[in-house]
Amino acid sequence: MRIALLADVHANLEALEACLADAALRDVGRLVFLGDLVGYGADPMAVLDRVRGLMGQGALALRGNHDEGALRGPEGFSSDAADAIRWTAARLDAPARALLDALPMTLAEEDRLYTHADASHPAAWHYVTDAAGARRSLAGTQARLVFCGHTHDPLLFGLHANGHIASHRPPGGVAMPLLASRRWLGVIGSVGQPRDGNPAACYGLLDTTANTCAWLRVPYDIATAAAKIEGAGLPQRLADRLFQGL
Amino acid sequence: MTDAETIGGFTLGPLVHRGGMAVLREATHPDQAGPLLVKLPLLAEGEDPAAIVSFEMEQMIMPRLSGPHVPRCFGTGHEPKPWLAMERIEGVSLLPLLDRLPIPAEQVAAIGAAIADALESLHRQGVVHLDIKPANILRRADGTMVLIDFGLSHHAQLPDLMAEEFSLPYGSAPYMAPEQVMGVRGDPASDIFALGAMMYAFVTGITPFGDPQHLRAMKRRLWWDPPPPRARQADCPPWLQEAILRCLEPSPARRHPSASQLAFDLRHPDGIALTARAEKLRRDPWTARIRRRFNPDHAPRLRRAIAVLQENAPIVLVALDLDAMSDSMAATLCRVVGQVAATIPGARVACVNVLRTRRVLPDAGLDDAGRNKHIQRLIALRHWSAPLGLPEQRLTHHVLEEIDVAEAVLGYAAHNRVDHIIIGARDDSLARRMLGSVAARVARDAPCSVTVVRARGHGPTNEAGDDRAPGVA
Repeated sequence: MRIALLADVHANLEALEACLADAALRDVGRLVFLGDLVGYGADPMAVLDRVRGLMGQGALALRGNHDEGALRGPEGFSSDAADAIRWTAARLDAPARALLDALPMTLAEEDRLYTHADASHPAAWHYVTDAAGARRSLAGTQARLVFCGHTHDPLLFGLHANGHIASHRPPGGVAMPLLASRRWLGVIGSVGQPRDGNPAACYGLLDTTANTCAWLRVPYDIATAAAKIEGAGLPQRLADRLFQGL
Repeated sequence: MTDAETIGGFTLGPLVHRGGMAVLREATHPDQAGPLLVKLPLLAEGEDPAAIVSFEMEQMIMPRLSGPHVPRCFGTGHEPKPWLAMERIEGVSLLPLLDRLPIPAEQVAAIGAAIADALESLHRQGVVHLDIKPANILRRADGTMVLIDFGLSHHAQLPDLMAEEFSLPYGSAPYMAPEQVMGVRGDPASDIFALGAMMYAFVTGITPFGDPQHLRAMKRRLWWDPPPPRARQADCPPWLQEAILRCLEPSPARRHPSASQLAFDLRHPDGIALTARAEKLRRDPWTARIRRRFNPDHAPRLRRAIAVLQENAPIVLVALDLDAMSDSMAATLCRVVGQVAATIPGARVACVNVLRTRRVLPDAGLDDAGRNKHIQRLIALRHWSAPLGLPEQRLTHHVLEEIDVAEAVLGYAAHNRVDHIIIGARDDSLARRMLGSVAARVARDAPCSVTVVRARGHGPTNEAGDDRAPGVA
């Protein structure tokens, strides 16, 4: 089966639709949202409506720190992020809040675990940015494959039973073999606010038959998404960064 | 439990080879006709964790390789233990060759070019072998070289498990490039160095750096130059020494820009630009070696941007129709080629003219008139290329004697792994309408990119698609 892994959509409807359209061409049997559906972007209600519909058809969705921030107020957020999450919270209706409130911290499926950040302590929202972080995250679970988001920066880690760990920055569009001899942690880049210097939307394509994962890059209408952020009166920087992917 | 031992659907046969890190066993599979091999790592005895990791690297890399220069991979797996199934190559390795050294220069060049073809194919797939040595090269019956053992290899796109886990360089000491000794993985020029060290051994009978066992001794190749091949083998021609010593340059950037450019040189000894390397008859004086060792200005630059290396070193063929080329076409072609050469500093330009002959056997004794014509064509080619101002090692000239011009250009391009053909469109003429142009056939059938150049800008003919009258701004 092919599984699309969508992390950090951040209320960017244009990027989400572009990724969903791309996934539809690739025989994807399941969608998994790895947290942070809202925050930063100008379309929280439209994105939540879309995801609610997809969940009705079997999509899974995890909780991210911005999803939680929209319910309980920003905690440890940068000032732009805090401004955006307060703006977001004011626009959510009761069903939207109920959807966010029901999102789980982790979900396990066969040999896989999905979560938003560090799997060993999901509620702490630790970033996984290096081998040490990946080792800690993998140590907190039995799953062979762990997929998360949160950093907006694609990375892949492979941990051997003998303790060796490999770090890799996966190039866009190339299927990475997830050898059975290792446990793997995939940090999926962001759909709605990429920060690795490539402004194209990013999502993961896991192929459980071939045992590979590819980080796909999808061009989308950045100008429209950015114009909506400006039009909503959100911080200008949140619009500008979409063009640079930073 | 059946009698036959199986793994992943493959029935295992007798042991074929036992290496330091893995064993190879004969195998069969109901769906595969040919002879197969299954490779199994030596895990139980593996005090060396590199055995496990290098087997993982092979399991990742081999299924992603294709072409005649690698064994076809039929599957990999981990149950009940790691395995990898592949094509069994009908051929022997180059190891037995080492018992017959030295071998004549022409043979060295032919073997070297065939190995360079295999390296080019591998490098184009994003893989650097990093353990090129006679034992890892098999020769098929038709002479095609097949590279085996990708346990130390680097793939440009996949995780490099070897780099992550081991600080010491792995490889074979007699052939390992200096940058590899210093821990740089992923530069295709490292394989070119190894091939140079092999050719050195083929022509002299001695490996250039011996077989040092310690890292400190291996590092000597950064500043210590081996005796030139001609010092050890007087029969070694200057052109071959030039090619070998260029492969062995301590700085990767000073070696041939690609394996296909090395193959090109080895197949066209007359075209090799001879430098001081070709004439060297003894090693540099010890003072120079000591200076290189301790002066940071002489330290070779081992790291460079290599991601786009292959695209940056194309062989560009310019097909020149010396009989019918107008002055404006000659100038336009020269400008287009000049632009390509200026944009891509690693590009080399092969200027080709086809001397049409009616003879079926082109080598059947050139008479004086024929030889004269050949030389005249070479002179004309050099005259055309002079304004390009390219250094000798980036420019060669070739007169091909063939019956069919398009066939000649296409055959040359395929044989020499040409990346880009630049050819002038024939002026509108009765011949083109009746026969179809050479350029059109080349564009249709070429194994690479083709640019068809048309001279424009003056004259009364107004091409279709340009709706402005000449002279109207």
